[in-house]
Amino acid sequence: MEMYLYIALFAPIVGSLFAALFGAQPKTPIVGYVTSALIFTSLVASTVLLGAVMDGEIVHVELMTWIAAGDFYVPFGFQVDQVTVIMMMVVTLVSTIVHVYSIGYMDHDKGYNRFFSYLSAFVFSMMVLVMSDNLLGLFIGWEGVGVCSWLLIGFWYHKESATWAANEAFIMNRIADLAMLIGIFLTYWSMGSVQYDVIFAEAQYIDHSTLVTIGIFLFIGAMGKSAQFPLHTWLADAMEGPTPVSALIHAATMVTAGVYLVIRCAPMYDLMPEVGYFIASLGAFVAMFAATMALVNRDLKRIIAYSTLSQLGYMFVAAGLGAYWVALFHLMAHAFFKALLFLGAGNVMHAMDSELDPVKMGGLFKVMKVTAILMIIASVALAGIWPLAGFFSKDKILEVAFSGEHYILWGTLWVTAGLTAFYSFRLIMLTFFGEERYKNFGFHPHEAYKYMLYAMSPLAVLAVIAGWFEHQFVDFVTQMLPTFEFHTHHVEMILILVTSAIALGGIITAIVMYRNGPLSTKWESQFAYKVLINQYYIPQIYEKFLVQPYRELSDIFWKQIDMKIVDASVDAIATTFYNTGEATRGMQSGNLSTMLKWMVAGLVILLTLAVAFSVGYIAIIG
Amino acid sequence: MEITLNHYLVLSTILFAIGLIGVMRRKNLLMLFFATEILLNSVNIGFAAISHYYGDLTGQMFAFFIIAIAASEVAVGLGLLVLWYKRNGSIDLDMMSTMKG
Amino acid sequence: MFEAVAFYLFAFLTITMFYITVTTQQALYALTALAAGMIFISAFFFILGADFLGVVQIIVYTGAVMALYAFGMMFFDTTRDVVEKRTSPQMIFGMSTLAAILVVAIFVAPIVSDNITAFYPVVEGVGNSQQIGLVLFTKYLVPFEVAAIMLLVAMVAGIVLAGKKMDRSLTLMDCDDAETILQENKES
Repeated sequence: MEMYLYIALFAPIVGSLFAALFGAQPKTPIVGYVTSALIFTSLVASTVLLGAVMDGEIVHVELMTWIAAGDFYVPFGFQVDQVTVIMMMVVTLVSTIVHVYSIGYMDHDKGYNRFFSYLSAFVFSMMVLVMSDNLLGLFIGWEGVGVCSWLLIGFWYHKESATWAANEAFIMNRIADLAMLIGIFLTYWSMGSVQYDVIFAEAQYIDHSTLVTIGIFLFIGAMGKSAQFPLHTWLADAMEGPTPVSALIHAATMVTAGVYLVIRCAPMYDLMPEVGYFIASLGAFVAMFAATMALVNRDLKRIIAYSTLSQLGYMFVAAGLGAYWVALFHLMAHAFFKALLFLGAGNVMHAMDSELDPVKMGGLFKVMKVTAILMIIASVALAGIWPLAGFFSKDKILEVAFSGEHYILWGTLWVTAGLTAFYSFRLIMLTFFGEERYKNFGFHPHEAYKYMLYAMSPLAVLAVIAGWFEHQFVDFVTQMLPTFEFHTHHVEMILILVTSAIALGGIITAIVMYRNGPLSTKWESQFAYKVLINQYYIPQIYEKFLVQPYRELSDIFWKQIDMKIVDASVDAIATTFYNTGEATRGMQSGNLSTMLKWMVAGLVILLTLAVAFSVGYIAIIG
Repeated sequence: MEITLNHYLVLSTILFAIGLIGVMRRKNLLMLFFATEILLNSVNIGFAAISHYYGDLTGQMFAFFIIAIAASEVAVGLGLLVLWYKRNGSIDLDMMSTMKG
Repeated sequence: MFEAVAFYLFAFLTITMFYITVTTQQALYALTALAAGMIFISAFFFILGADFLGVVQIIVYTGAVMALYAFGMMFFDTTRDVVEKRTSPQMIFGMSTLAAILVVAIFVAPIVSDNITAFYPVVEGVGNSQQIGLVLFTKYLVPFEVAAIMLLVAMVAGIVLAGKKMDRSLTLMDCDDAETILQENKES
């Protein structure tokens, strides 16, 4: 089994390095095929591992020693257990599809080879993240995906907005990663190890307040990666990257790393329900908060990005309330339909010459039937309509909230479910139905390549059927994760009905409201609309209260402290030496007589020093 | 009027100073050699005096070796000097400017 | 009393001689004054009871070194004045004095603080030369032999350095040949 583990882990990096060989060249078609094949290899290996884990085998290897200093020992260790293998399956499956899809999507791009190199490197980092058997290894993967995300968001680096978004994402993650590092340090400090098995066994014996601190710091790290409030702004801006990147990184895999961390640390978070409750509350808040922003946005990809944010909030609610398997379940289901949604959006974007405003589209159903159907499937799944994947997972989250008697959380999530359905179908209606407004703007949309659509179809299938395997999934992952006791058997059917009702209500409202194209522009002068379209003014607030003061502070440090103190002192040292040299170069006239004189002078100085020191020495001793 | 060690040391100091003056102001290489002889001899006086006043022969030994060194220095130094003179026709220190950068 | 008179007399003479050595413009005067100074220094050795050293001083310095200088001077054009630039004599004087005092201070410091013990004390009732012989050929045998080798090496070096082309006598050559050789020397 070890061999399969290594194949699953290292196949993507081989692909990445292979693609990197051609990095500076224009499009080399083989690069796309080779990387896709290698990611597929990884998928196959993951599937084999899944089989093994299903048979109850947990694969654990130690590649080599990484750090060994005193008592501190960290190996490059990898572990494949129930949670890991699910993540591996999700990652490799979505990656494979996105790779194949990208062959078509990036067809005309100059950076074709570079793109595949980055994308495969990302998959490798993600695999390290999920497979590592210790927190430090996870952190390596964590940073690796951060770097790849930065590279891919800023892939079109000649665009100012892309580089800005890349930097924003990277810096925001850095802030969170600092907290995460502190959490890891604290873990080592209090438990003496960073190996999962050791720290989970140790967690119950340590001081509760320390444990809570660790939990909070690790969660702040997760907040950054999963774009939870208040570190959420980067995710929407990250849509500057190519769409496959958004599908893979900013929907299916990387952003769920935060959820994965909480699930992975389940034994620790189980011991601190108060932190869990905080996580759940924040998750519910973000779910609502992001959904409202998605209601009015006029950017195809941003709407989906907000939707991702909202769904991540759902996952955190489940994870925070101790229903880790539910969170993982929703993570998986979400990865499928959200990636599908993004890839569909990519098709639309391709067809519309990179136009992203759904108001300028409309009626695309006629020209892009397959894409439209795929996106509708994804949206229905996202909205949570039976029998699609989203129904099972989202409904479970609501049940979790209800059974814990967290009625406010449940209420929030319930409303959000309606909003989710509404904005999903607003998007669908505006894009694919109604009047063919794109003609006014002179677009000539066309359907995407066949193989791109074929590549997307597995996702569509999974988005439909993933929920049907709920029981098998539960049995599988609860071998490792704690089970969750639902106390809602008496109201289960009512809850399902209520939830489905609001979801259906949202869909119907959207269809009715947008059947004739976008609403009139009167809307846009209203206060609520302005708040929402401006993302609650949060970017502006950050700009004004964080970025501006920081810039001014930097300015002061630069002009006052750096220039006038640091630089000046360094310059002064340099000038002193220079002037001394200039002044004393007369000494080196080459005249032996002068040199003799200097020699005598030196002798005098040395002798004086010798006498002075010996006198001083005697004075001290005597 | 007892002659003490200090008298000898003062004498030694004066002679050493004279030698150093010679080293510094002489431009003629031959004269420079003379000045170094003076330096060595002034130190010899000091050694001999200390040896005498402390009843220890080590000082005299040192003086003896210094004389030996002085002799060999003269032999080699003069050899070099002659060579230099044959080549350049001058033993003026200021003329030796090959070290000028 | 006799000792004091001798000391002051010789001190005066030595200082004068050496002063002449370092100040005179004439190389010959300097040489003569140096030789005289060396002999006067040997007088101090005799006063201090270091008879052997005094004898060595006379033999080596006046006999060998001075003769060497005298011969050496024959090679040089001593009549030609070497211009002695007098750059700030005060500085030179001050610095020399300071250096001299410091050197002596360093030598004297352990003596003054009485931390010195005689390793090879003077043996009573034995002549100076005998004492020196005893110490030199027991404790200082190796340095002595090394010094002997050094002197040999110096001698060979002196001969090799100065004696190049000594077998050629310019005076016995034709005028033209001598000219060409001189020319060659100049060029090389």
